[in-house]
Amino acid sequence: MNNELLKIENLSLKIGKTNILQNISFDINPGEVYAFIGPNGCGKSSMAYTIMGLKNYIPDRGKVYFKGDDITNMPVDERARKGITLAWQEPARFEGVSVRKFLSLGLQSRNVEISEEKLEWALNEVAIVPSKYLDRNIDDTLSGGERKRIELASILLMDPEFVILDEPDSGVDVIALNSIANVISDFKINKTGVFLITHSEEMLELVDRAALICNGRIIKKGDPEEISKYFKYECLGCEDDDYTLHPEVNIVE
Amino acid sequence: MMVDAYKEAGGKDVFSDSDVAHIVLERDKVLGQHMVEGLEVDAKRVAEGNVAVKVRVREGYKIEKPVHMCFGVLPKEGKQKIDMDIEIEDNASVEIMSDCVFPNAIKVVHEMLADIYIGKGSSYIYRENHFHGEDGGVTVNAKSDIKLEEDSNLKTVFSLLKGRAGNFNVDYDSEVKANATIEMVSKIKGYVDDKINIREGARLIGEGARGFLESKIAIQDEAVAEVYNELTASANEAKGHVDCTEIIKDNASARAIPIVNVKHSGAKVTHEAAIGSVDSTQLQTLMARGLNEEEATDVIVEGLLNG
Repeated sequence: MNNELLKIENLSLKIGKTNILQNISFDINPGEVYAFIGPNGCGKSSMAYTIMGLKNYIPDRGKVYFKGDDITNMPVDERARKGITLAWQEPARFEGVSVRKFLSLGLQSRNVEISEEKLEWALNEVAIVPSKYLDRNIDDTLSGGERKRIELASILLMDPEFVILDEPDSGVDVIALNSIANVISDFKINKTGVFLITHSEEMLELVDRAALICNGRIIKKGDPEEISKYFKYECLGCEDDDYTLHPEVNIVE
Repeated sequence: MMVDAYKEAGGKDVFSDSDVAHIVLERDKVLGQHMVEGLEVDAKRVAEGNVAVKVRVREGYKIEKPVHMCFGVLPKEGKQKIDMDIEIEDNASVEIMSDCVFPNAIKVVHEMLADIYIGKGSSYIYRENHFHGEDGGVTVNAKSDIKLEEDSNLKTVFSLLKGRAGNFNVDYDSEVKANATIEMVSKIKGYVDDKINIREGARLIGEGARGFLESKIAIQDEAVAEVYNELTASANEAKGHVDCTEIIKDNASARAIPIVNVKHSGAKVTHEAAIGSVDSTQLQTLMARGLNEEEATDVIVEGLLNG
């Protein structure tokens, strides 16, 4: 066993009769940011959900290892208590649940003491003014960008070992983007592994390794800049099961 | 004893505050009452288990602090019938909080029949909070006939804050005149074999009248809920909305019947009803924070009912 925090081994996922992910393998080390890049609908979010173990995202084949333990069939809440968590591309709205309550939940589940200082610190980290938001509800009165940053604050409070970030940069303004980038930098410093889905150039600067995914298969792995350029300028688009379109279908490490 | 039971059930201690008007009734006994200027309350026993309560807010008076009423039956069995007559005279305002406490009910019936009149330009907020026991042995029949004069407004919020719903029946009917607004909200959670039946109706008969009927129900086990909301708009610029959300779990069953009648081309009424299990994204977001499914469901349901 190497140093890897998370290891995905020959993983395939089918939903109904559709192959969503096929024979996916990669690993992520502590403090490493690993990005999935690819077109819409290629399986990036499905990979995120499978790592988190969400309902309907239990693989048909292959394994998910966390710190050497097989967690392939472990329920989502148990994974969370082991130190894995997820920030959604489109965070949920919670009618009648205050920001304060929402932030406290991750601490509560780990029996960590909740203090006003901790909550304020987490909100400040994501450029949210605590006094204006702590007593507001996480409902339609908050924008998607605000909910996204609050979700990230809740993750910070959990002090996780591994974080899955599904397009944290989409729908947020420039100031928020900087604060999200800072949070990811802090994850790296604290040796938290990050699985990142992004289309943003700024975010890619924080990425250590990347994979290009198309039609549920990894078609290229390696340096994030190289992968991004390939996706932008050389990728010919995905056709169902027609991998002849891709000149580099053999994985390049 | 009533106040103690109310406090034990989670109610706030307001009955010793001399600025707060209140009345406390246990079955057909008036245990205490305290009034403030502009507010008149007359409570008397009319028959066994039956009390008539007349509340009047005099013209032009704005009662600053909410008036508290505490009703209840403490023994396991009993009946309490309250005939309530509420009159808010013109240009007056008041908020009444009724706390209904049935902590030990095995075979208890609580009936509240209310006639509510809200004068021109007046405002009335009515919050009825129920604190029940865990045996489900209470039958609640709450029936109100409400009339709102021009430019008045009424908000009613009916909440079950503790314990099982039992057999819970709400039947509110209202008539809303020009530029008056009515908002009726019910928030109830039921489990085991609780039965919840809510009927709310509003007739928007005056120009510019507004009506908003909202029900939030969460049921599980073998509980059953039916929500019947009827909103009729028959005047120009009358507008209304019916909103029913029911979350179900286990073998519970729910039914929502929104009826909207529009009888004027310048009126508009909309409705939405959603019945289903707990939202999967909400649930999994909370589970990804380490909460188990039951804990996550509780947070979502409490949020829905408290929102």
